[in-house]
Amino acid sequence: MRIGKMMRTISLRPAAPCAALWLATASPGWAFIAYVSNEKGNTVTVIDTDSWTVTKTIKVGQRPRGIEFTRDGKLVMVAVGDDDTIQVIDTAKQEVVDTLPSGPDPELFTQDAAGKTLYVANENDNTVTVIDLEKRARIGDVQVGVEPEGMTISPDGKILICTSETTNMAHFIDTGTRQIVANVLVDARPRFAEFKRDQSELWVSSEIGGTVSIIDPAKHEVTGKINFAIPGLRNEAIQPVGIGMTKDGKTAFVALGPANRVAVVDGTSHQVKKYLLVGQRVWHMAFTPDEKYLLVTNGVSNDVSVIDVAAEKVIKTIQVGELPWGITIAKP
Amino acid sequence: MIRWLIGAIGVAALATSAVASEPVEIAIGYLGRASVSQTLSPVEQPAADDGPAGARLAIEDNNTTGKFLNQHFNLMERRLKDGEDVAAAVNELAAKTGFILADLPADALLKAADALRGRDAILLNVGATDDRLREQDCRGNVVHVAPTRSMLADALAQYLVWKQWKRWLLVVGSHDNDKLYADALRRAAARFGGKIVEERTFEDTGGARRTDSGVTLIQRQMPVFTQKAPAYDVLVAADESEVFASYLPYRTWDPRPVAGSAGLKPTSWDPAQDQWGATQLQNRFVKLASRHMSALDMQAWTGVRMIGEAASRTNSGDAKTLLNFLKGPNFSIAAFKGTRLTLRDWNLQLRQPILLSDGRMIVSVSPQEGFLHQVSELDTLGVDRPETKCKLQ
Repeated sequence: MRIGKMMRTISLRPAAPCAALWLATASPGWAFIAYVSNEKGNTVTVIDTDSWTVTKTIKVGQRPRGIEFTRDGKLVMVAVGDDDTIQVIDTAKQEVVDTLPSGPDPELFTQDAAGKTLYVANENDNTVTVIDLEKRARIGDVQVGVEPEGMTISPDGKILICTSETTNMAHFIDTGTRQIVANVLVDARPRFAEFKRDQSELWVSSEIGGTVSIIDPAKHEVTGKINFAIPGLRNEAIQPVGIGMTKDGKTAFVALGPANRVAVVDGTSHQVKKYLLVGQRVWHMAFTPDEKYLLVTNGVSNDVSVIDVAAEKVIKTIQVGELPWGITIAKP
Repeated sequence: MIRWLIGAIGVAALATSAVASEPVEIAIGYLGRASVSQTLSPVEQPAADDGPAGARLAIEDNNTTGKFLNQHFNLMERRLKDGEDVAAAVNELAAKTGFILADLPADALLKAADALRGRDAILLNVGATDDRLREQDCRGNVVHVAPTRSMLADALAQYLVWKQWKRWLLVVGSHDNDKLYADALRRAAARFGGKIVEERTFEDTGGARRTDSGVTLIQRQMPVFTQKAPAYDVLVAADESEVFASYLPYRTWDPRPVAGSAGLKPTSWDPAQDQWGATQLQNRFVKLASRHMSALDMQAWTGVRMIGEAASRTNSGDAKTLLNFLKGPNFSIAAFKGTRLTLRDWNLQLRQPILLSDGRMIVSVSPQEGFLHQVSELDTLGVDRPETKCKLQ
């Protein structure tokens, strides 16, 4: 309890006083720090992006998957689905210091721009749980389709997207009223959703359908679909999951699961430019804040591939824990 | 006859959840077989609602999706009575719905299919694994959700060959279904490089499944029955009739693993399956039915979900529209097996990976790596297009 309270005061203060704390803990140079959730290992691996080395392995709860830094960079939240909670890691102490009341079997979650409200997909009971991060309290639920998974918030903060894997929809939820305002049907087993920063497009990956749907967020319509074809690889092995898009919206990266590749997609024409060979069963990804590098998790080969974003090349592989899944990167 | 299904189609497409008009009602029938046979192992005895419970869960899942599309699904369950005319029963259901899940033995299934000829109605075969229903006796109005014996046998054979357990001692029961399974296993051995070193028949001499003094006798019988076999790697048993196979593990004369109808079994589903998001489905099922989900439950779930998928993709409740979509090139369904499942257009069989379970864990999932196919690796399981005897009509 005492730790919980202390955490709150550190984590949710406005930006300015935090700077001092950053300085106190920052390592030299402009290195960033990546946190990788290891689904099978029940650990989180910490990677220094300057030296590309593992600096720490943190023990967490059962089946860690969705993972994200808080907006202030002080904490990392990780959904531990089999423990029915979200654990909070203090990045200074590099250990679990608190939990959030997430609802059963949390997998992926997203937070608003201010870092005050957290939205969690609860796969087991077809709901999105809304959590007040400041009070660490559950403040509402939204009923969605079967097996909610992918979660993202529109750049203007007004719309929350939740994809439901068996209902095969992207649900548009008004963040003010917490009511569903639209449902857009996409291909089978939608797992991840990502907005362009200018909010002109929403991309949704369909793992079993094998496509990425491009949705017009204003009209709530699918306006295009990205298909993938890799010579010598059977079609069923192409299972899009994680999506990363550069801030300018010009380039997108799509993880293709058991195809062991990341597709590089032109953000404007939606044409696939190339396929980058990564590790086995690639799941999710995160950019370094300067967008120089993209790190992707490879579930079966237990490593993380580092992609040079400008060169569109894999430059390094880093061994992490058992069955890595999610990743988040920020300044230490 | 299905006019009531059509109702208010087309209103309120995908727009909002607050729809004022009445939802489109889509009824799905379930016709179950009269009697359920006894299993040797009490823990494997099917529950009274084996099959229908899976259908009920899929109705719930369809309705969760349906509330966003203004569609509502309901299930009409009907179990045949002993000696009841299957044609009359299926016609009774077909008066109310164009979609009927059928868990029937092969002959009864064919009777039901022929009784529906000329109607906008289909049967979804969730229970019968007979290859002939997809081959010489195939019907244009039957979609097969259950895998065939040849798919199951091929799935097992691929794994045994991968494991380098290529020498099989095949033990076959004396009933017709046992012999059909043995046929599929022989075919699988020939296809994938297994060698049946000897074949033995286990005669069913009748008698009770369980007796107070039985175990002692079984412990003496099984080693004797399996002795003096040529050198072999694995005993493969074909015993759909539940007469002997479950007695074999740990009792063979030579210390060898058992597969087929006991030991390592090929199956479309198992409660231990937890890959590819299956945990959520298993949890939902346990919550609904207060028991584990069987293969028949999963086949029924998949059948109802296929109709739900067709209804959401076409935004329709019209039987003919949905049937056309199901049989068309754009149909596929996600069913927690790591890949999309599609229909073989030459005989309307659902392509699917097959799980290999030891009753407690999933040991492997076939097709195995390295068994290649020019169209879909799932077509390395079962009778493929070039070999088919089916002419759909």
